[in-house]
Amino acid sequence: MTTLILAEHNNTEMNVATLNAVTAAQAIGGDITVLVAGKDCSAAAADVAKIDGVTAVKVVDSPEYENGLAENVAGLVVNMANGYSHVLATATASAKNIMPRVAALLDMQQISEITEVLDDSTFVRPIYAGNAMATVRSSDAIKIITVRGTAFEAAKSDGGTASIENESFAGDAGLSAYLGSELSESERPDLTSARIVVSGGRGMQSGENFPIIESVADKLGAAVGASRAAVDAGYVPNDYQVGQTGKVVAPDLYIAVGISGAIQHLAGMKDSKVIVAINKDEEAPIFQVADFGLVADLFTAVPELDQELVKNGFGS
Amino acid sequence: MKVLVPVKRVIDYNVKVRVKADETGVELANVKMSMNPFDEISIEEAIRLKEAGTVEEVVAVSIGVQQCQETIRTALAMGADRGIHVLHDGDLEPLVVAKVLKVLADKEGPSIIIVGKQAIDDDSNQTGQMLAALLGWGQATFVSKIDIDGENIKATREVDGGLETLTVKIPAVLTTDLRLNEPRYASLPNIMKAKKKPIEQITPEDLGVDPSNRLQVLKVSEPPTREAGVKVSDVGELVDKLRNTAKVI
Repeated sequence: MTTLILAEHNNTEMNVATLNAVTAAQAIGGDITVLVAGKDCSAAAADVAKIDGVTAVKVVDSPEYENGLAENVAGLVVNMANGYSHVLATATASAKNIMPRVAALLDMQQISEITEVLDDSTFVRPIYAGNAMATVRSSDAIKIITVRGTAFEAAKSDGGTASIENESFAGDAGLSAYLGSELSESERPDLTSARIVVSGGRGMQSGENFPIIESVADKLGAAVGASRAAVDAGYVPNDYQVGQTGKVVAPDLYIAVGISGAIQHLAGMKDSKVIVAINKDEEAPIFQVADFGLVADLFTAVPELDQELVKNGFGS
Repeated sequence: MKVLVPVKRVIDYNVKVRVKADETGVELANVKMSMNPFDEISIEEAIRLKEAGTVEEVVAVSIGVQQCQETIRTALAMGADRGIHVLHDGDLEPLVVAKVLKVLADKEGPSIIIVGKQAIDDDSNQTGQMLAALLGWGQATFVSKIDIDGENIKATREVDGGLETLTVKIPAVLTTDLRLNEPRYASLPNIMKAKKKPIEQITPEDLGVDPSNRLQVLKVSEPPTREAGVKVSDVGELVDKLRNTAKVI
């Protein structure tokens, strides 16, 4: 067995999501090669070479890979996939965009967002927003797989001594062009890898009320998330969304504020170690999954929580 | 300009899905079925393009059992012009669906195919990207805004860090995200009118596509359940529990 992983990076550094795919590849077994496709991406490649468990890093440094356009990167991966038994990537927005294109070009049926490796061709993946788990076996010659990051521990990001090989491949498909990004600026930790997440829902009533949970989040060193209702209502940007079709998180502590707990939201956070729910409706379904539930008006309870954290020495 | 929109019949998003006792799948008997929510957004976008005069015809396609015609009727009632029903009993994987849609696209010659980013039953998030690959077209996935500008589509995409903008050449495949639009409800007169709109019926075999799946589903099981915990009486007790019982802060 030999696995090719498509690295997630922004050219200057590796995205830690890559580490989860390495752990999934280790569960499959065999040598692990990681592909870093980008422009001026040698720093990202150096990060990847240090991952514990990686055998080799292949770097393709060319302008057409700078912004991760699916048509260009998929063409490259298809070209390199020959000889590998598995091609993996952590299911980020970027991998979700690229990997099915790779699979179709190779005539393989992708296996999306696996949560468990049973053997080299048998995998478990959630369906129906995680309300059922499907065990599937693939007989494809190359298994194209995306990995749910929260289901696999991050591999150690140091200690590895993989070789770095530069490869060249010209492949601008000429079908699309990158124009720009509007990325949310934040000093807070990344939502998908944060140890603590504080999320707000429809109960927040307005984006102007989010500072009360941001204040709590900052005292705890937490990321801020939201339910779909809060994003659709425009309280916060789309990249805050936790749920079936947004981000899937599994922090040590998830605090749901003013979130009723629709199954689509639970799908994105129910694997959190400890769940706290603050909601004035004691019938809200979120309480059925919460370890600690507080039935209270969030506009009273959240500022109190903020004060209580100060009293306990947080954020001082 | 013609737009093709695939629409999938799935268990309604409000239904609590139950796994069958024999672990062969989920319970579908007497369960409310609806159009995949992302496909409603796709149909809505296509109709808006038609209303804006950019598009002349909107064709809705559904692949699956006979009752998929109801899903097509919903699309027709929203404003699609005609339907194509590819009849097949049993679930089809995204790769097969993409192959069927590819042959239909070759026949129909649409300029844009608008696909929901994900079906809420199998949660695969693959079909649009696969279809673009098979057609050799460009793709703009997870779009929250589109502008058609001559030969190109300028698309704003929802990505992990926020938003990204790119242009993709027409013909192209778009996959829709939640913030693209808010789908309309069909009015009663439009529901009546939709009954007269044509639906063509064919099979994957008619299109020369082998409908066999690649993945063998060994079982479908219940996820681990989470027990409800305790209610705390106030914020002080909550912080105490988090510090001293759960030890997470």
